[in-house]
Amino acid sequence: MVGKPEPVNGTATAKTGPSPSPATSMSGLKPDLLNNLSFKTLKLKTKQQELLIRVSILCLVYILAFITRLFSVLRYESMIHEFDPYFNYRTTLYLTEKGFYDFWNWFDSESWYPLGRIIGGTLYPGLMVTAALIYWTLRFLSFAVHIREVCVLTAPFFASNTTLVAYFFGKEIWDTGAGLVAAALIAICPGYISRSVAGSYDNEGVAIFALLLTFYLFVKAVNTGSLAWALASAFGYFYMVSAWGGYVFIINLIPLYVLVLLITGRYSMRLYIAYNCTYIIGMLLAMQIRFVGFQHVQSGEHMAAMGVFFLMQVFYFLDWVRHLLSDTKMFQAFLRITVTCAVGVGAVALGVGTASGYISPWTGRFYSLLDPTYAKDHIPIIASVSEHQPTAWSSFMFDFHILLFLFPAGLYFCFKRLSDATIFIVMYGLTSMYFAGVMVRLILVATPAVCLISAIAVSATIKNLTQLVRAKNKVSQTGSTKGGSSTKGSSKGSVDQSQPFQRNGATVLLFGAFYLLSKYATHCTWVTSEAYSSPSIVLAARGAHGNRVIFDDYREAYFWLRQNTPPDAKVMSWWDYGYQITAMGNRTVIVDNNTWNNTHIATVGRAMSSYEDEAYEIMRSLDVDYVLVVFGGVTGYSSDDINKFLWMVRIGGGVFPVIKEPDYLVNGEYRVDKGAAPKMLNCLMYKLSYYRFGELTTEYGKPPGYDRARGVEIGNKDIKLEHLEEAFTTSNWIVRIYKVKPPNNRW
Amino acid sequence: MLKLLSVLTFLTLTLPFLTHSFSPDHPTDRRILVLLDDLALKSSHSLFFKSLQSRGFELDFKLADDPKISLQRYGLYSYDALILFSPSVDRFGGSIDLAAILDFVDSGHDLIIAADTNASDLIRQIAVECGVDFDEDPAAMVIDHTSYAVSDTEGDHTVIASDDFIKSDVILGSKKIEAPVLFQGIGHTVNSENSLVLKVLSASPSAYSANPKSKLSNPPSLTGSAISLVSVVQARNNARVLISGSLSLFSDRFFRSKVQKAGSPKKHEKSANEQFLTELSKWVFHERGHLKAVNVRHHKVGEADEPAIYRINDDLEYSVEIYEWHGKSWEPYVADDVQVQFYMMSPYVLKTLSTDQKGSYFTAFKVPDVYGVFQFKVEYQRLGYTSLSLSKQIPVRPFRHNEYERFIPAAYPYYGAAFSMMAGFFVFTVVHLYSK
Repeated sequence: MVGKPEPVNGTATAKTGPSPSPATSMSGLKPDLLNNLSFKTLKLKTKQQELLIRVSILCLVYILAFITRLFSVLRYESMIHEFDPYFNYRTTLYLTEKGFYDFWNWFDSESWYPLGRIIGGTLYPGLMVTAALIYWTLRFLSFAVHIREVCVLTAPFFASNTTLVAYFFGKEIWDTGAGLVAAALIAICPGYISRSVAGSYDNEGVAIFALLLTFYLFVKAVNTGSLAWALASAFGYFYMVSAWGGYVFIINLIPLYVLVLLITGRYSMRLYIAYNCTYIIGMLLAMQIRFVGFQHVQSGEHMAAMGVFFLMQVFYFLDWVRHLLSDTKMFQAFLRITVTCAVGVGAVALGVGTASGYISPWTGRFYSLLDPTYAKDHIPIIASVSEHQPTAWSSFMFDFHILLFLFPAGLYFCFKRLSDATIFIVMYGLTSMYFAGVMVRLILVATPAVCLISAIAVSATIKNLTQLVRAKNKVSQTGSTKGGSSTKGSSKGSVDQSQPFQRNGATVLLFGAFYLLSKYATHCTWVTSEAYSSPSIVLAARGAHGNRVIFDDYREAYFWLRQNTPPDAKVMSWWDYGYQITAMGNRTVIVDNNTWNNTHIATVGRAMSSYEDEAYEIMRSLDVDYVLVVFGGVTGYSSDDINKFLWMVRIGGGVFPVIKEPDYLVNGEYRVDKGAAPKMLNCLMYKLSYYRFGELTTEYGKPPGYDRARGVEIGNKDIKLEHLEEAFTTSNWIVRIYKVKPPNNRW
Repeated sequence: MLKLLSVLTFLTLTLPFLTHSFSPDHPTDRRILVLLDDLALKSSHSLFFKSLQSRGFELDFKLADDPKISLQRYGLYSYDALILFSPSVDRFGGSIDLAAILDFVDSGHDLIIAADTNASDLIRQIAVECGVDFDEDPAAMVIDHTSYAVSDTEGDHTVIASDDFIKSDVILGSKKIEAPVLFQGIGHTVNSENSLVLKVLSASPSAYSANPKSKLSNPPSLTGSAISLVSVVQARNNARVLISGSLSLFSDRFFRSKVQKAGSPKKHEKSANEQFLTELSKWVFHERGHLKAVNVRHHKVGEADEPAIYRINDDLEYSVEIYEWHGKSWEPYVADDVQVQFYMMSPYVLKTLSTDQKGSYFTAFKVPDVYGVFQFKVEYQRLGYTSLSLSKQIPVRPFRHNEYERFIPAAYPYYGAAFSMMAGFFVFTVVHLYSK
């Protein structure tokens, strides 16, 4: 609710610009020169007024974007959320304690035991360096903040900055009105908030800012043809590369955009300068990030950019030749030869590069973007992540709300006033919408485009409507004088005399727009507060009397690990919990959320899906001391290990064919009750999850051993453990930790 | 004051002796609890006990059903070893039961079990837990019609003269046992799943286990050299257990008796029981065959301190000192087959350690070109010796950013190209801007 007035105000103020001008031009019917003079002297004041209003609106939007993301801190506490942020937090802590060079060369022996992980070379350092810089700055200014608070608030801070970029971007594409609306829309858009609430200390938090900034600067460079803007865009790209793997989107979208401009005959010197400068400098800068390295010249995903770069040179060359050759026929022949040669050379180079292995083929993730079924068939580890699933319709509605309907309208406006900038935003919108459909998490990338395009729709519509309302006013007051300045109104005005209800209709439509936008604000606030502010490491539920029940089992378990196990203990769990165990439990893990080694994960999956004695051999070979499983049968928490178990089987079976998925299913059905497959009832994961669960009555009126997460009575209530012993179970049984016993002393 | 002082001096002087018991530094047992069926055993088996006492052991004789016996006091074990000469006891007195005895062994203490015909279920269970199964027929004895001990009366051939010893100087001493060992009692088999149990004295191929008093109706379940007469177990924590199917094996009568094995012309003045059991008890009570490894050190070549992390391709030196306990003192252990592994899921380096014959073992090698969390592993398991299993974890990191070569000779053409390009661009710019 709080957020709503702004966009409406914004569009209204944008109107204040043109609307007084007819009045002034009207007052004195003087020669053009004089007219211009008085126009200027009078306008100065309104311009100042307008600037004041615009700046204050931007400030309010800036603050709004920040405070709406603080719900999570109010509801829970200032804490890091989810899984990956814990890794980012741990590395940031290391960075602030040990300095940049130690961070850059950090070999982490506490994860991926015994392989270890070169942290410095396998992460995008942008986020950590940003947070550390903020931290050091605050420290320098004598603010005694803790690094955790800085990390928690980094994402909201950058979300606020994104609104500013959105404003300037909107201004560049359309006008200031659209910019203000875009800023307001993106400030509270749930698609963006889902990844940038306080505590969601993840790469995307700063990356969306960097993404939008790069695009804005590039469009600015294309519009102005200025080397300086292109250089700025290259640096924006560098920041994006340092922050998130999603930079691949930029390095493919920009060439695609350039290609479209070339095909549609919009090639210009401005484009040539903007693209070449951005590409070359951006590429050189991106190579400085260790994780990216030489990929810009060696990997298939980046080849489009290079191809377009060479194409640009060919175009420039052709332009020059055309300039020299007067004969069109000769030029046509030359063109044909040159283009054939260029394409041929490019194809041969690509073919040789790929065949010789110099150019690496596309990665699985990239394939799965182009072909949504690819991951499901070939890479279970990608398909197993819930945020990599194809998007459901409902989540589009949930994340975009009215923007979903405004988006096509905005596209219409963009096509109506086609320019280099609007072509860019159209392409950005369409491609990112496609990717958002392929993967849930990519809704995030689409959000800025959707907001910008919708802002154009909102801004243009409201502008037209208010002009109609005002123009009618004028008409009734001063007769049918069409102000020369109201260019937009005049096109509409050509029909205005014939529609008697036009003004009323416009008013009604204005109110309708206002209603929709307020609904949008309400929806966004509700979604933020109810859905996107949960830290997922602390669970909340409603009790029988409507009171709030907090399950803090994860932290209880990690704290137990930290306090009660030897410092060099190795903990085996499914990879989801790896980052949290190392960050909060401070113990070595076998696998974690950085899924770089599929075999290692498959080994853990195999151990979890084997019988206990086979699993014991695997655990001994990995020096495992403790096994941690997450179990929701008591609380009804559904994203537990039993529900993830089939993925462990699939990933394990992908590498070790002894694990076969049908062994765990009954007639293709996954069940844990009496009818479950015998292997399922005796595999390690089942035993560890349901150990002693048969003695527990979870719900009144149900038999003991009733699993609330799956709603069945479990099939194996008499579980005996031979090689493991229960070490710790949290108060709500969500996390269970088992100790691996040493081999039998006398056997 | 003076009195207090004298008490204090007394205490400080005697404390080392009082606490002079089993410890990693002095692995030999000192205080032994002997549980007997009948106190008469104390005299009938006095030779065995005397040999122990003469070697400095304190024996505490108790009846097995004495209600006051207990192994622990206030959570500490009062004994270092336990001898069970009570084959028929159904339940021990005091707090001792099956679990207590197994805990005793699992906490590193030694055990001698002498069973006999009609051994109780309790004794059988203890044996089963150690990987030894006695013949299930309670009246069965080991009978051997070819290698029995010749006696004046033609008996039922249950007194066996066996000389099928395990071939290990560590367990049975370096002096060769000439005479056969007399044995009369129940036979057992060792569980094939248990890799820790060893047959020290086996029956001959013609032996079988049956009730000598009844007629043999069915083929005997235990036959031939599968029958073990005396077995030992060395647990993973190096606790040692001796299991014998005969209590009379330890008796004075067998110790002193002359022996002639059937079919052998040689008549020995004295059976080998005394030598066999003395040597075996030395092994069981850790007077022999106990190794320790100390001073595990590793460092980079040319440095003395142990680093927290190695870099790939570092040259390092590894050394360890291994000593063997000789009853009174630690002596250097000399062998040429001690190996060290540099191990991460599989050994990347496997090297035999050189020795200076004074107990010190050392080697040097290059860290492989692989980063990860490695372990220095010494897995030394030899028959009769306590197992040495050392592992020390050490991470190996890749090069730091500034540890690579700054300039590579092969890349000089590229440096040249880059700098000439820069210079050329500068010249071009100047010419282009100011040529007109």
